[in-house]
Amino acid sequence: MKNFLLQLFFLLFVNNALLCMEKNDQELKIFKNLRCLICQGQSVADSNSDFAQTIKLVVKDKLKDGKSENEIYDFLVSKYGEWIVYKPQMNKTNFILWASPYLILISGLILFFYLMRKRHK
Amino acid sequence: MNRILKYISILSLPIFILLIFFLALERENQYTTKNLVGKKIQDFELKSLNQENFINQESLIGNNYTLINFWASWCAPCREENSALIKIKNQLGLKILGINFKDKKNHAKNFLKDYGNPYYTIGIDKDGTTSVNFGVFGIPESILIDKNFIILKKFIGPIEEEDFMEIKNIINK
Amino acid sequence: MLSNIGNLLIFFTVVTSLLVIFKSSKLILSSANSISKNIYQLSILQSTFSIMSFVVLVIGFVISDFSLITVFQNSHTTKPLIYKISGTWGNHEGSLLLWINVLTIFSYLFLVFSKKFNNEFRLGTIITQNFLLLGFLAFLLFNSNPFSYIFPVPLEGLGLNPILQDPALAIHPPLLYVGFVGSSIYFSAAISSLFTNFGGKQFALSIKPWVIISWVFQTLGILVGSIWAYYELGWGGFWFWDPVENASLMPWFVMTALMHSLIVLEKRGTLYNWVVIMCLTTFTLTVTGTFLVRSGILNSVHTFANDPSRGLFILMFLSVMILFSIITFLKKFKLQNYLIETQSKETLILLNNWIMIFFLATILIGTVYPIFTEVLINSKISVGPPFYNTILIPVVIPILFLMAVAPRVGWIKAKFSISYYSLLVVLFALLINFLIQKAFKSYSWYSNLIIISSIFLIIYTLIDLFRGNFKKDLNNRLSRIISHLGFGLLIFFIGINHTLTIEKDFNLKVGETKNFLNYQIKFKSLDLEEKKNYKAVVGNFEILNKMKKKSEKLTPEIRIYDRPETITYEASIKSNISHDLYLTMSNIQRTEFYNIKFQEKPFMIWIWVSVILIALGGITKVFRNESNT
Repeated sequence: MKNFLLQLFFLLFVNNALLCMEKNDQELKIFKNLRCLICQGQSVADSNSDFAQTIKLVVKDKLKDGKSENEIYDFLVSKYGEWIVYKPQMNKTNFILWASPYLILISGLILFFYLMRKRHK
Repeated sequence: MNRILKYISILSLPIFILLIFFLALERENQYTTKNLVGKKIQDFELKSLNQENFINQESLIGNNYTLINFWASWCAPCREENSALIKIKNQLGLKILGINFKDKKNHAKNFLKDYGNPYYTIGIDKDGTTSVNFGVFGIPESILIDKNFIILKKFIGPIEEEDFMEIKNIINK
Repeated sequence: MLSNIGNLLIFFTVVTSLLVIFKSSKLILSSANSISKNIYQLSILQSTFSIMSFVVLVIGFVISDFSLITVFQNSHTTKPLIYKISGTWGNHEGSLLLWINVLTIFSYLFLVFSKKFNNEFRLGTIITQNFLLLGFLAFLLFNSNPFSYIFPVPLEGLGLNPILQDPALAIHPPLLYVGFVGSSIYFSAAISSLFTNFGGKQFALSIKPWVIISWVFQTLGILVGSIWAYYELGWGGFWFWDPVENASLMPWFVMTALMHSLIVLEKRGTLYNWVVIMCLTTFTLTVTGTFLVRSGILNSVHTFANDPSRGLFILMFLSVMILFSIITFLKKFKLQNYLIETQSKETLILLNNWIMIFFLATILIGTVYPIFTEVLINSKISVGPPFYNTILIPVVIPILFLMAVAPRVGWIKAKFSISYYSLLVVLFALLINFLIQKAFKSYSWYSNLIIISSIFLIIYTLIDLFRGNFKKDLNNRLSRIISHLGFGLLIFFIGINHTLTIEKDFNLKVGETKNFLNYQIKFKSLDLEEKKNYKAVVGNFEILNKMKKKSEKLTPEIRIYDRPETITYEASIKSNISHDLYLTMSNIQRTEFYNIKFQEKPFMIWIWVSVILIALGGITKVFRNESNT
C-alpha cells in the first residue's frame, strides 16, 4: 500500500512536469481527432492533402492565439459540421451514443445478479 | 394475445434498426457543408491581387447579391468553370468576388489573362486559412450571399449549367 | 468462353444445393436414422463445382481475359502474376465467390466430421447451411456475377488499386473469410438444434471445433489486416476503429464469449439458450458487417465500388435471417433452470461474457450511430478512435483481472477470497511497472493502471503454468494459458507502445537536417526508380540516435502507379526486437518541401507476437480435441 501511494504521488508530480513541456503533443492530439474531409477514412494528422495542411495551419494559429482545444473543435464544427471531429461532442443527440454502452453494461450486471439472488432464495 | 405482444416487443428493435438501414441506403453519401447556409459570413481581410490595398467584407457593401468563388490556377476544374463564371457575370450582372486559393501571384495573373477574368475584385488567400472561415474544403467552391451577407447557397465543385439556372432563379426573385 | 463455363459451374452449384435440401428434408421426414451416401456425394460435388468456378475465375485473371467485366475492371496485363492471382479476391464479385467457396467447403467438412452426433441435427444443419448458400448464390447471380462478360472485349484492363498490390492481399481476405464464414456453421447448427431439440453437452461438443477454428482464423485475419494497415497506410498505427475493422472485430467478441460459454454448456449442461443466442448473433453480425462495408453507407478505408442495389440485396437477406432467427428462437424457447451459484466459475464466465457483449455493443453502437443520426435528424457525425478508447479502455482493466483469477475458481460452488497470494502478485506487478517507469519515462496514471493489470494477468498466468502437477494436467490448461498470456502481453505491449511512442511531424527540403530530442534526421537525397508497374521517388534518410550513437538508413517512397493512376506513400520501417523506426515522406504540392513523419515505436513486433500467441492457444485446442477423439 505504501508502495502504491508513493508511486501515485510520484506520478502526479511528474505528470505536471510533462504537461507543460509537450506543446507538440497537443497539436498532434487535435490533428488526430480531425477528419480529413477529402480523404478516405484518414485523419488530418495522417493526411498530407491541401485540406489537411490548411487545417493544420489554422489549428496552429488558433493555439498560438491561446484558444483551447474545445474552442478549436467548436470553431471547426461550426464551419464543417460535426463530421469533422472523430470524438463526437457531448450534446443532446450524442448523449445516447455516449451513455448507452455503459447503460447496457450496468443494466446487464444488475439483471444478472438479481436473477442469481432470486434463484438462490 | 400475450404471446403476440411479446413477439412484437422483441421484434420491434431489430425491425427499427433494419428500417433505418433501408432508409440509409437511399441517402446521398456526398458530404456538403450545408449547415452554413442561412448564416452570415465571417469578417475577413485579404490582400488584393491587382492592387496594393486590402479587401474585406466592406468591399461587398452595395451588392444586392455576391458570388464568392474560390479558385486557383493549378486547379483543373477551375479552368472549366471559368467560362460559366464569365457567363454569370455578363448575363446576370452578378458581382463575383474571387478568392485565389494557395496560389502564386504571377500564375494567377496569367490564368486570368489566358481564360478571362470574371471577377470584379480578387483577394489572395496565400495559405488557405481564410477559406476555412467559409467552410471551404476543396476548390473550386462558390458561395452565394445576399446584401446582408447571409449565405444563400453553397456550390461544391465547378459551377455548371444547372447551377447557372439556380443562381438566376434566386437573384431574379 | 470462361464466362459460360463459370456460369455453368455456378448453376451446378445451385442445383446441387437444391438437391441437398430436397434429399435431406426427405430423410428427416422419413425419420431414417442414417445419412445416405448420396448426400455426401452431393455435398462433395457441390464443393467441387464451386471450387472449379473459382479456379475458372483465377484463370481468367491469370490469362487476363478481359471479356469478363470483373477482370477488365480489376486487372491489367502488366501486373505481376501474384497480384493477378490475389486480385481475384481483391474485388467485390471475386471475394463473394471466395466466400461461397468457403461456405460449401465448410458444409462438407461439417458433414464429414460430425458423424458421432444425431443425424437429424446434422441434416438440419446442412439444410440451413444450404439455404444460406442459396442466398449468397442468388446474390452472386443476380447482382454481383464475376462471370458477366463485356462486348466488345477491351484490349487492356483498368488495373488493380495499388494499395491492394501487396502480398498481404493474398492472405488477409482468405483468413478473414474462413473466420466469417466459419461462423455460419454454428448459426446453422443452432437453428437445427432448436428444431430438432438437440441440446446440452452434445450440442456443445458438436460446434466447439468450429467455434475455435473460426475464432483462430478471425484472430489471424484481423492480425494480418492490422499489420498491413501498419505498413501500408502510412500513419504508423495498426488500428483506427474504421467501420471495416469494427466489422471484423464485432463477431470476434461474440466468438470469444461463445467459446467460454461453451465450456459451461459442455461441463455443466447449462446456458443452452445463451449459447444459441450467441451462435445466431455471430453470423448475423458477420452479415451485418458485410452489409455496412459493401453497401458503401459508411465512409471507410476499404472501398468497394459502391452500388446501392448491392446493399439492398444484402439487407434483404439480413432481414430475413434476423427475423427468421428471432422467431424460431422465440417459438422454440424453453425456460431452463439455471442453477448457478454466485461464487463459481460459471458466474465468472457469465461475467466475462457480459463484458464481451459490452465491447460488442459499444463497437456496434459506435459504428451504426452515424447512420441513425443521418437518417433521423439529418446530421452527419463521425465516431472515431477517441470515442472507442474513452469508452472501452476502462473496462479492459476488470477483464484483465477476471482473466487472471477466474480460471482458478472451481466449478459449481467455490469460495472467493482475496488471498495474500493475489495481493503478492499485485505488488509484484506494481514493482515491475515502477521499474519500467524508471527505465523509460513516466506516463499517466491511467496507462499505469492498464499496464499494472496486464502485468498482473501475465504473472498470474505464468504461475498457473508451473502450478501443481506440472505434466499431468497441463494438457487441460495449456491452450487457455497460452491465449490468456497472449492477451495479457498484447495489452501490456499496446500500453507501453502507446505511451512511449515518439512522434514528430515536420517539413524538410532535400539536404536539410532536423534535430529534436535525441534524434538527428538527415534528408540526404532523392532517387528516381522505375519499376514494372510503378515509378518511385525514393528518399534517402539517415536517422541518428545521438544518445545511442547509432544511425539507421531509411528509404520511404512516393510511388506513382499508372494503372489506375494513383499515388501512394510507402513507409520505410526498420524493425528490431526493442522498437520500430517508422518514416514516411510525402510531397507538399507546389513547393519543394517534403512532409516527413517520424515515429519510434517501442516493442512493435511484440504486439504481433502477442496476437499470434492468442491464436496459438486456439490452435493447440483444436489439435488436442482432435487427438482426444
